[in-house]
Amino acid sequence: MLDQSTVSRVEMDWSGPERLTMNMGPQHPSAHGVFRAIVTLEGETVVAVDAVIGYLHRCHEKLSETLTYAQYPSIASKTDYVAAMTSEFAYVLAAEEIGKFEVPKRAQYLRVIVAELQRIASHLLWLGTWCMDMGGALGGGATIFLYCIRERELILDLFEALVGARLLYGFFQVGGTRYDIPDGWAQKCRETIDVIDSRVDEYQRMLEHNAFFLARAKGVGIVSRELAQDVGIAGPLLRGSGINWDLRRNAPYSSYEDFDFRVPVETDGDCYARYRVRMAEFRQAITIVRQALDKLPSGPISSRPALKSVAQIRIPKGEAYARVEGPRGEVGTYMISDGSAKPYRMKWRGASFSNLAILPHIIPGHKVADVVAIMGSVDPVFGEVDR
Amino acid sequence: MMAALPPWLTLLIAPFVVLNVVIGLVTYVTLLERKFAARMQSRIGPYRVGPHGLLQPIADALKLMMKEDVVPTAADRRIYNLAPIVFLIPCMLIFATIPFAPGLGVADVNIGILFFLAVSAMEIVGLFMAGWGSNNKYALLSAMRAVNQIISYDLPFIFSALVPVLLAGSLKMSDIAAAQQGSLLKWFIFYPVIGQLAFIMFVVATLAAENRVPFDILEAESELVAGFRVEYSGMKFALIQLGEYAHMIGSSFLGALLFLGAWSGPGPEYLGPIWFLLKAMFMFLVVTWIRWSFVRIRVDQILALSWKALLPATLGLLISTAIVVVWRTSAGF
Repeated sequence: MLDQSTVSRVEMDWSGPERLTMNMGPQHPSAHGVFRAIVTLEGETVVAVDAVIGYLHRCHEKLSETLTYAQYPSIASKTDYVAAMTSEFAYVLAAEEIGKFEVPKRAQYLRVIVAELQRIASHLLWLGTWCMDMGGALGGGATIFLYCIRERELILDLFEALVGARLLYGFFQVGGTRYDIPDGWAQKCRETIDVIDSRVDEYQRMLEHNAFFLARAKGVGIVSRELAQDVGIAGPLLRGSGINWDLRRNAPYSSYEDFDFRVPVETDGDCYARYRVRMAEFRQAITIVRQALDKLPSGPISSRPALKSVAQIRIPKGEAYARVEGPRGEVGTYMISDGSAKPYRMKWRGASFSNLAILPHIIPGHKVADVVAIMGSVDPVFGEVDR
Repeated sequence: MMAALPPWLTLLIAPFVVLNVVIGLVTYVTLLERKFAARMQSRIGPYRVGPHGLLQPIADALKLMMKEDVVPTAADRRIYNLAPIVFLIPCMLIFATIPFAPGLGVADVNIGILFFLAVSAMEIVGLFMAGWGSNNKYALLSAMRAVNQIISYDLPFIFSALVPVLLAGSLKMSDIAAAQQGSLLKWFIFYPVIGQLAFIMFVVATLAAENRVPFDILEAESELVAGFRVEYSGMKFALIQLGEYAHMIGSSFLGALLFLGAWSGPGPEYLGPIWFLLKAMFMFLVVTWIRWSFVRIRVDQILALSWKALLPATLGLLISTAIVVVWRTSAGF
């Protein structure tokens, strides 16, 4: 248990007459959606931050009780709209676990391919927006942002060729995937990831030799190993704080044990460490996609008949928790089935929600400019925080 | 042409001409910057209004004129309304002492460069008024940062601008320019070691004085939304924008005059102003290039950079320049 007094406020030996309370958000250029941080300032230094969420609440858990197992995967993608594939993945895994459905090997590999492509797309957006937080929409940050968006576009094109949609897919289906890859898609995918591989090199050269970038990222927003475990953050944040934990390796699902990849870990715990982890994850995701494309078995893409009606999928009574390693960390669903075509109750475990809880612990003591840098490095998606 | 007119008439016409040229330049320099930034970011940039977006600045200006002028209820109305003008005047006044060609300028006073430096530092008053009068917390923080930053960077700015003054032996702008005529190697940027160092320091100090990335903590739209001008709209916003760009162009002209030989260049003498303009635009593009490739640094880092690195460095350079100049005159070459 953390000492709450140290969390909420740091004493800066302030001799000024009064503190300034300032709202950052919910309408703010760097709010990454709709997030409100009520910061207390002593001059330029933040002494306390109160994170207010809930502006994007859309009753996702209640909604899941009203939609069938065939319908909801397309809606699940709207929880974390930056990594839509991941949320669908968690939903269908839970349903499959209760129903004990087999998933054909080909479908498992296809799921891995889209999940890793989604990770690349999501990290690209993170890199762009984070740099824009630090560098401004009217400065160098915007340059990186536009480069990243250019590459993300390539992946969205791949998804469009696969599913027909560019942002919210509905690719997953209980028992397998809804679509198979079209002709020539595998070749296009290889070319795209080769391009992205070389572009990631370019970004690293551009950023890691940039003194101003290093000055802003290094030593800022340090999350210690203990704090990371106490607060329960996940994903790149956790690995940036020196904890070697990745569900793809520690609790493999969907044939992740077939692939050879490394889990990057950094021990510094600052924004730069999180940046390093994510940059390494780009590479790992690219190698996983390559391996999956090489080994892609032939066969059916679903163990269940093609969808003809919305209430077609029925799952026996039971409950299960399924989790996947999303771009932002552990995304999980806890599902209770009463034997009908809809879940009786479902709970989302959003990675952004848990990661956001770290902010009040690490922001106090930093300057105003660091607030946005730290928030960007946490990479919250407010669709997933509020659900 | 100027010489044929009676002097009192020249005094009235010249500022009018310069002011209008500057305003025209400002509108088109924004287009230049946007096109340049677009190239850097693999975009096209403004393209729809007129051929290659050439009418875009005019459309922007018209749009700003037609926007509703919003005054926040909580604002200190007098200060709020006065601030854009107080900000604009020094930004325009800096053009007064710049000679655009031999004898072609508003006032070529014998302390021209001091006038420039003094007046350009005055813009902080307008900035602070805007930040204070808006009665907005973002604007207030921005105004606070403005005072911090401008005070910290004025000294390095002045010291680095004084190096060419020492080399030319005069505070008069036209004398500094005249000292660099003749050959390319006479430009002060090619003065061995001192010239290049002074130029780099001058560019850094200008960036800070102009509040450009990586020193644009006043505007800092990811933290402070738009800083001191967050509450401004319509023509008042346009005036602030105009002032900012005028200041930037003025500094570019100053840099071109101090280091790049002002109007010296090949071809007949009447091409002088063109060369000067091209060099100033080069200075502007250097600043733009830096702007679109770096991230912003934090307020404490900016102050540390000024007081711990730039100020001692420029001061040291100024002293060593003085020693070199004295040694050269005494040695007779």
